[in-house]
Amino acid sequence: MLIAVLSGFVFALALVVLGKYIKGRAAVISALLPAGIFAYFCSFIPAIAGGERIFQSFSWIPSLGVDLNFHLDGLALIFVLMISGIGTLVFAYTSAYLKEDKHLDRFYGYLAMFMAAMLGLVLADNVVSIFVFWELTSITSFFLIGYKNEDKASRRAALIALVVTGIGGMLLFAGLLLMGSAAGTYSLREMIESGIDFREHGHYVLILFFIMGGAFTKSAQFPFHFWLPGAMKAPTPVSTYLHSATMVKAGVYILIRLSPALGEHPFWNDTLMIVGGITMIYAALQTLFHTDLKGVLAYSTISALGILVFLIGIGSRAAMLAALVFLLVHALYKATLFLVTGVIDHGTGTRDLTRLRGLGKLMLPVAAAGILAAISNAGIPPSFGFVGKDLIYESTLATESLATWLTFAAIATNVLLLYAGFVAGVRPFLGKLPQDMGHVHLPGPLLWAPPLLLGLLCVVFGIFPGLIEMAFAKPALASLGFETGNVHLKLWHGFNTVLILSAVTIGLGVLLYLSLKPSHALEKQIQRLNFFAPLSLSLQFASAFQGFSLYWTRFFQNGYLRYYVIVIMGFLVILTGYNVLTEVEFAIPENAFADVTFYETVVLAIMVTSIGFAVFTRSRLLAVSAMGVMGYTICLIFVFYSAPDLAMTQFAIDTLTVILFVLVLYRLPKYLKLSDLRSRLRDGLMAIVFGALITVLALEVLSEPINRETSNFYAENAYTLAKGKNVVNVILVDFRGIDTLVEITVLAIAAIGVFGLLKLRLRKSEIE
Amino acid sequence: MKSIILQTATTYLLPLLLLFSVFILLRGHYLPGGGFVGGLIAATAFVLHMFAHGVDHTRKLLGVHPGYLMPVGLSLSILSGFAPRILTGEPFMTGIWFSDPLPVIGLIGSALFFDVGVYIVVVGVTLTILFTISEGA
Repeated sequence: MLIAVLSGFVFALALVVLGKYIKGRAAVISALLPAGIFAYFCSFIPAIAGGERIFQSFSWIPSLGVDLNFHLDGLALIFVLMISGIGTLVFAYTSAYLKEDKHLDRFYGYLAMFMAAMLGLVLADNVVSIFVFWELTSITSFFLIGYKNEDKASRRAALIALVVTGIGGMLLFAGLLLMGSAAGTYSLREMIESGIDFREHGHYVLILFFIMGGAFTKSAQFPFHFWLPGAMKAPTPVSTYLHSATMVKAGVYILIRLSPALGEHPFWNDTLMIVGGITMIYAALQTLFHTDLKGVLAYSTISALGILVFLIGIGSRAAMLAALVFLLVHALYKATLFLVTGVIDHGTGTRDLTRLRGLGKLMLPVAAAGILAAISNAGIPPSFGFVGKDLIYESTLATESLATWLTFAAIATNVLLLYAGFVAGVRPFLGKLPQDMGHVHLPGPLLWAPPLLLGLLCVVFGIFPGLIEMAFAKPALASLGFETGNVHLKLWHGFNTVLILSAVTIGLGVLLYLSLKPSHALEKQIQRLNFFAPLSLSLQFASAFQGFSLYWTRFFQNGYLRYYVIVIMGFLVILTGYNVLTEVEFAIPENAFADVTFYETVVLAIMVTSIGFAVFTRSRLLAVSAMGVMGYTICLIFVFYSAPDLAMTQFAIDTLTVILFVLVLYRLPKYLKLSDLRSRLRDGLMAIVFGALITVLALEVLSEPINRETSNFYAENAYTLAKGKNVVNVILVDFRGIDTLVEITVLAIAAIGVFGLLKLRLRKSEIE
Repeated sequence: MKSIILQTATTYLLPLLLLFSVFILLRGHYLPGGGFVGGLIAATAFVLHMFAHGVDHTRKLLGVHPGYLMPVGLSLSILSGFAPRILTGEPFMTGIWFSDPLPVIGLIGSALFFDVGVYIVVVGVTLTILFTISEGA
């Protein structure tokens, strides 16, 4: 399983080198990767259907309790097969769709990494690895959404998606860690099986907040839905993959996965029902006002995600079954519709619904796929969508208190979704062909076969729902801890309330479709309300935040070295000084000056004189030399106190520092004017205060009892463990070798910085 | 600033100082010294030469741009850290040693290579900065 998950990353890496061979006609070969993964996981179907769970463990960071454990159960299997199955079709479709693109290899790389991340996410058992894969999907989808990186709108959409889902990822991580610390294990399976009652836990509300924050942002729930329509800027295969089967379903996956642990609590159920309910109705209403084919599909996707969250919120077995089935229904018909949209866009060059008519005569297989998908979307028998919609109504009707309202909400959403599906899947193919589209012709089979295959599946699963029941629905329900004995998916339930509701839905939807035409006038009307839409509100917040950070940065990073030093020193003085003043008693030991030697007195005198010189001289060169003298006297003090290593190093450093100063000063003009009296007084005061603070600290350190544990350890072990007699050097190269490694790295970076600052010559074209 | 005395002196001082810096580097494990201070001394030797003969001359003497020394030294240090991982499977930066001491140098171990890496980086960093500044903007 590890190989299956990681092969996507390996493939992406291989493309870096082999990419040029995979452009053009050979591109379709890359579809073998997801096809192979699909076949591999298909081989698990019998075992999973037989009630088995497959667990494979790979050690990753054992010292932190992070392992790469993969856990394949019914729920994971649904997702894995969706990801790899639709992935196969998308990979094949892309090879024709982006045939002309010069970065096709790059695109496949992103796509493969994204697929691998999604597979890892749904299979991972350890919460830390879940988070890692979750973030990988956000990052790779950033590259996919922003694939047309020369387009500004595309880049912006990618960034918004990354920010929203990235924040969500952090929230999710916080939630998972809280759960982990509450349960004492970071394995999701153990967490759920250990029977810990999170509902009783003190942080339950916090956990819910974090987990739902992660899931809602990823699955585009209101009010975080706005990144999804923006993400339609991506090439259509990306939209197909991200929005039908994978990326946005990740949030739903997490909610389903955690519902056995966190569910059955009013907070969980009500929040999910309310957020899901608002999302499904709000987004479904939005579809009425769009004329861009992909815009309609985007909002209908959000609405479908709302339905899923809503069903998870209801939380009964019937609702979970409905959610699982609807998940598949939606993946199938939405992928079809997206692929159909891609073909239309590719052939006609427009996605404007008011102009697309009568294409059915020109591209029959595409039209068939679109119409099949629309039927499944509408829930017209004998499609798979009909089975799904029946289950939704069954579950809403079975709720205790709110049955009427919930059913009403579900019907309203389904009516609107039916309209959206018909507009996207049927309308472009009927009616009269506009005159300027006479040149449109049927594209190659790589473009029309994938949607047609998916469209056919929509109906096949409807006629034989038993396939889904055996292979997916029962094992998935079982993996959530439900009884599965009397679960039966079927097309025909007999005459009952559900059937009437279905008929009403279809009737109303068709009526709506016939009476309302997509028009630019409607779109304009809804755009007038945009000023308080979540998107514009968050953009306003973002720009205000940017303005504030700009001000903040300008204030502190003003470019004057003196102010930096003053701020740093001032901060240190205030923070430490307060503590020193309140807590330290100043005591100079009585016999402190008793054993001062003659040499020390002389060195001190030299030191003080050189300081005086440095401060009062009017020549820069003299000031620098005086500083150099200061440094050498410090070396002498090191020598007196038997620290030869320090003394040597200090001596060399001081020499080089003076040379450095001289080299720099050499190029400056002579002193023209000293700083004015005020700034000199200010600097002097700062220096005196800072010096006094350091003095007090030094005295304070001396009066503390010395803890020799560390130094004794080094002294005792330097020879036995590291075979060195010079303890200082042994510490540098052995005991704390990694510190030294980092330090020399920093040194190298500093040197590169100096080199860059002084040597960098921008060409005229590069100066903005 | 051309001084014949300084020029002649540095011609002899440079090799002596370099030898001294290597001496300091090698004895570091037992007596005061080590890669850092050794590197500084070597850099000082070149800087002295630079003062006497000019940057271009010193550059020519050095053969390579001092900037190249930094990655070389860094890789040497990192490799010496990874050596125990590769050779004996012990954790990163574990000290490993040859069993018999060599004449003159003494016992050789991964720490020595690490220190040589430090030495090279310090020479590279110091000379890069000083050369760059003395050549000016």
